[in-house]
Amino acid sequence: MAQVGRGIPRLEARSKVTGRAEYTHNLRLPGMLYAKVFRSTVPHGRIVRIDTSAAAALPGVERVVTGEDIRKVIPEPYYGPAFHDQPILALDKVRHVGEPVAAVVAADPHVAEQAVQLIEAEYEELPAVYDEVEAMTSQAIVHEVLKPAGTFADLKHLAGKTGTNVALDFHLTRGDTDKAFAGADHVFEHTFRSQQALHLAFEPFVAVAEPGDGMVTVHTSNQTPSFVRMEIARLLGWQENQVRVKVPLLGGGFGAKVYVKLEPLVVALALIVRRPVKVALTMEEQFYMITKHPTTFRIKSGVTKDGKITARECEVHWNGGAYADIGPRVCQKSGFTAPGPYDIDHIKIDSYELYTNRTPCGALRGFGIPQLVWAYECHTDIIARELGIDPVEMRRKNILREGRPQATGTKMKDAAIEQVLDALAEQMPWSKPFDRGTGVIRRGRGIAIGFKASISPTTSVAIVNVSADGSASLNMATTDMGQGSDTIMAQIVAEVLDIQAEHVRVMHTDTDITPYDMGTLGSRSTFHMGHAVRLAAEDAKAKLAALAAEAGLPPGTNYPPSEIFVKRYGMRAGNVIGSGTYIPTYQSPDKTTGMSENVTPFWMIGGTGAEIEVDTETGKVRVTRLVNVADCGTPINPRIATTQLSGGATMALGFTLFEDMVLDGGQVTNASLADYKIPGMHDIPPMYNELVDAKQSNGPFGAKGLGESATFGVSPAIANALDDAVGIRLTDLPMTPEAVLRALRAKEGRPLEDDA
Amino acid sequence: MPHSRNIALTVNGERYEREVEVRLMLADFLRHHLGLTGTHLGCEHGVCGACTILLDGRSARSCLLLAVQCDGHDVMTVEGIAPSADALHPLQEAFRDHHGLQCGFCTPGMLTTLIEFLRENPDPTEEEVRIAISGNLCRCTGYQGIVAAALDAAKRMQAAPA
Repeated sequence: MAQVGRGIPRLEARSKVTGRAEYTHNLRLPGMLYAKVFRSTVPHGRIVRIDTSAAAALPGVERVVTGEDIRKVIPEPYYGPAFHDQPILALDKVRHVGEPVAAVVAADPHVAEQAVQLIEAEYEELPAVYDEVEAMTSQAIVHEVLKPAGTFADLKHLAGKTGTNVALDFHLTRGDTDKAFAGADHVFEHTFRSQQALHLAFEPFVAVAEPGDGMVTVHTSNQTPSFVRMEIARLLGWQENQVRVKVPLLGGGFGAKVYVKLEPLVVALALIVRRPVKVALTMEEQFYMITKHPTTFRIKSGVTKDGKITARECEVHWNGGAYADIGPRVCQKSGFTAPGPYDIDHIKIDSYELYTNRTPCGALRGFGIPQLVWAYECHTDIIARELGIDPVEMRRKNILREGRPQATGTKMKDAAIEQVLDALAEQMPWSKPFDRGTGVIRRGRGIAIGFKASISPTTSVAIVNVSADGSASLNMATTDMGQGSDTIMAQIVAEVLDIQAEHVRVMHTDTDITPYDMGTLGSRSTFHMGHAVRLAAEDAKAKLAALAAEAGLPPGTNYPPSEIFVKRYGMRAGNVIGSGTYIPTYQSPDKTTGMSENVTPFWMIGGTGAEIEVDTETGKVRVTRLVNVADCGTPINPRIATTQLSGGATMALGFTLFEDMVLDGGQVTNASLADYKIPGMHDIPPMYNELVDAKQSNGPFGAKGLGESATFGVSPAIANALDDAVGIRLTDLPMTPEAVLRALRAKEGRPLEDDA
Repeated sequence: MPHSRNIALTVNGERYEREVEVRLMLADFLRHHLGLTGTHLGCEHGVCGACTILLDGRSARSCLLLAVQCDGHDVMTVEGIAPSADALHPLQEAFRDHHGLQCGFCTPGMLTTLIEFLRENPDPTEEEVRIAISGNLCRCTGYQGIVAAALDAAKRMQAAPA
């Protein structure tokens, strides 16, 4: 029976409904201590004094640790995937409110927490900058010297730079936009902004470090265990094989738990006290770890009178917060898609990653793409409405079709943009008349489409181990954080070995036995790890055939594997180990022009249609229907794939209508799940989810990723529906009732008092 | 332990007597003292609902209850839902079959909440299910599979009453 294409339940579902699933959250080790973190109360300042004496004197406190103490075990305690800019505990300066300044280790976490309250720190406050555009020219400089990690070639020119907050600038030029604007019938220019929001995985960040003899074991809720191993080894000056990273299931990730987060701190603390140490953040503390980039995106288009876009300029400022994390990658990797999935001859992109005095910003489900789609799909809709062209027709006229070059020059392949657009139009259904209402409640509808390139070039390695009874295990470092990777990888193994997917055992990451994987991020696993798993299973299959030949069986024998082992070894004994490594081809964008003939191994396409109701007396927007469509090639497990659509769209719905980290003087004023609302059952409209019939020709069994695709279009689809309903255009997120009401009143010529 | 007290309570049908600090939360008692780690702590302030348990059959947040408050009471956690170690409750089966879960962190609280709800309303409408779980948050699924699972569980339970 074909294993790929089956919509089977998740392999780990049983453990999750019985309460037996393993999470780092649950881990307790003999002799384990707990650490709690003392955090900065100022957004930017020099550390004058840290007084830990009262905390250290509290009965039950094992140790109080500051940044200087960390240096005794890690002399250069700066980490990060793009820049080595983040100290394990603050040294000399603090750069955002909530930055870790000291840690208390105790046997009882409540004692540690009490001791944290007894620490006092004095800062000499420095001018701070919070806005990404102001950060370009601000006198407040977050980092005195830029320290690229050396991993990424396009960051090298920033090494040692001083007096700037720019952590990466990416530029792309194709054709001549100035000339094209001069020759255009119409030129449109708008600026869109998006807010700081965050992942809020329900299992907050948690890690445990366990010192061993010449080695350390890190148990962590992390999406990139192989990177954790390398980064901890680098910090300690050890070999990679002295660092063991174990990752069970994750209680959500969404991009928060990529690269390293708590791991350097727990390792340093465990090495200082020579005992296992656990750090588990509270939900509130997640607001000070990693967030989604606020952005300002100025977009300008030249258009013919019949709606053909001839030129587009994109200037994007990404607010990266106090530490780079993976922000510079967001700026570049997402930046080159800023003009949208449109066929435009003249393009200019300037994308800037800025340091500011906010909580750091990194990857969040879409890696910057939702912020871009927000702008280009609102902009495209405004143009269509101004020119009197139907929004679906406007897009149909301009979309990138198979074989046409994207902004970088890479020719589109297996990108079902038109199919996604057609499916949206059909399911809305767009051609049917729509009742917009006449009373207090008005109705509107809107659509949006977006696309994303895969992260590249990245490597995945997998091992398939066939035991003497014919049962198969898969060793890989892909993290199942809820997206269902264990299940679909088992389906791939089963397909190749002609066994039942439910019978494949998927090992959770233990870097002592699971080989390298770049990371579970950017919707890359199905494609990259899927290929590695396929190759490993094919290798195992070939080795089984070789074993059968050694046992004297004729080629093509249908002996079950268990009998092949017995025939070869005289008893039930032995193993067959298959391995597979996958890395796609890639060409880095040219440094000056941003051009590349091969910028991604595949494209992800997502589209959203929204119907809404607006209460014109309160400004409240209620989404009454959401249509989510994506191209994920041919899904390995269609049911798991569909849950990614509803889940992604719901998360994006929160970012669209209400989620917002509110800052006051650098201080987050709503850092709790009580004050920062995420979508609950009452916010969820009826949904229609569709995966278009497509095939990724270079993907494993025709598949590619889609964990992010449903997030792309939600915000602009709702903004476009709002315009359709009441003729107002919001350019900032989130679209709260207050923002809608202000715009409605302004339009009616009776602005709210404080807007007047 | 200066601020300790002896408590006796029933958890998933088993009786426990323990000496606990008075400030110990029920969730920590279940997780750390009894090793019942199926009850998860998300927000620790009563919003997310991941830690929901049944106290004398009523859903309650174990992150907002002290262990000493449960002295003499009956607690049921996610570990107590299945009829045996090998079998699943129809609600658990429905969650598995309808993909009513992704990361699984909110699942224990969803299940306990729905156990109470389906006992009181064995034949609910979709709207009633939506209201019933509106106090439990899920960051992964978009709730679609959870609603479908609850409705199907009601059917399964009516077909084969426990």
